[in-house]
Amino acid sequence: MSDFLGDWYALTVLVLAGFLPNEIWRMLGLWLGGGVDEGSELLVWVRAVATAILAGVIAQILVFPPGALASVPGFLRYGAVAAGLAVFMVTRRSIFAGVVGGEVVMLAGKWWLG
Amino acid sequence: MLTAAWFTSVMNASTQVFWVPVPLPALDSPGWQISARAFAWGLRSVTSTVLTLVLFATYLGIGALAHDTHFSLGWVLASTALVWAGPAQIILISTLGSGATVVQAAIAVAVSAIRLFPMVVSVLPMLRTPQTKRRHLIFTTHFIAITMWVECFRLLPHVPRERRIAFTNGLGVGLMSVCLIATALGYGLAANLPQLFGAAILLLTPLAFLLSTARNCRQLADVVALALGLTLFPFVSMLNTGVDILISGVVAGTIAYGVHCWRERA
Repeated sequence: MSDFLGDWYALTVLVLAGFLPNEIWRMLGLWLGGGVDEGSELLVWVRAVATAILAGVIAQILVFPPGALASVPGFLRYGAVAAGLAVFMVTRRSIFAGVVGGEVVMLAGKWWLG
Repeated sequence: MLTAAWFTSVMNASTQVFWVPVPLPALDSPGWQISARAFAWGLRSVTSTVLTLVLFATYLGIGALAHDTHFSLGWVLASTALVWAGPAQIILISTLGSGATVVQAAIAVAVSAIRLFPMVVSVLPMLRTPQTKRRHLIFTTHFIAITMWVECFRLLPHVPRERRIAFTNGLGVGLMSVCLIATALGYGLAANLPQLFGAAILLLTPLAFLLSTARNCRQLADVVALALGLTLFPFVSMLNTGVDILISGVVAGTIAYGVHCWRERA
């Protein structure tokens, strides 16, 4: 194999640990979704659990930051996301404004800390 | 101040105004009769949302993270095309990079991806016609992730039902192309990126996912699940079980569902 793709082992790991465990949920949605009523109680519960899991993923990235994000102190990471949420609220749910607001707070904080 | 009631009241008051105008032809326009044109309009809709910019920057970050964790360029491009879910890719790269086993990484990815199931279930009824077979939807289903979910809810009502699959495929191919370019750029630039820039793009994922989810919260249960899931995880993570996210998610989600049932009855 060339350097571009790496070895077969790395690609097998990608399929086994990345592609399959992720894609199975999409395909389950496709196979089982037809029989599930969109307003059903089961789906309300599944959606609540899925939302809480996503919230956990968000919290995980903030609490145990990957790569370069680890160079930002914890209080600044949490503060920046809280600021982004506040901007999102006051701008009538503009995702873009909230994201920019959070980033500005993080960059300003890092600059201020030196 | 940040009570659930306040949260929902702010959201309900503003649901009508946040949609930007949709730059698509009228539903009865003859252009919609051609499937390829519906695909092209889907492709072009990539330019109609600022979420494309957020995704672009997120994938710059994923490319850079893969470079710093010593994965090959082809590997990370394949992960963008095959996995097509930002958090799953970050989790995959960082868990494998930190020396976890394939099984541990697979479990972490599978847990993070459960959200795709209800997303697919809620998007597919918008794509189906009575003639649609399941196999017609496999390709489209692969594209469904949070940005596609948000955009499908915004754009599909402006697309005639029988052209929605072609349109969504166009949108998916467009967004994925943008992200593949961003992945490659991020990978190439990583060595020369200042650390501050790398930190800024990695912060995008939690910000964008939190706000996209908050925007699509339709019921009190969704809001409670989001808020409780955020606060519960740091405590559960102290247990170090390996499936912390699953535990905090099921507990927070079930409490949120309980709140929903209690409100329905009251």
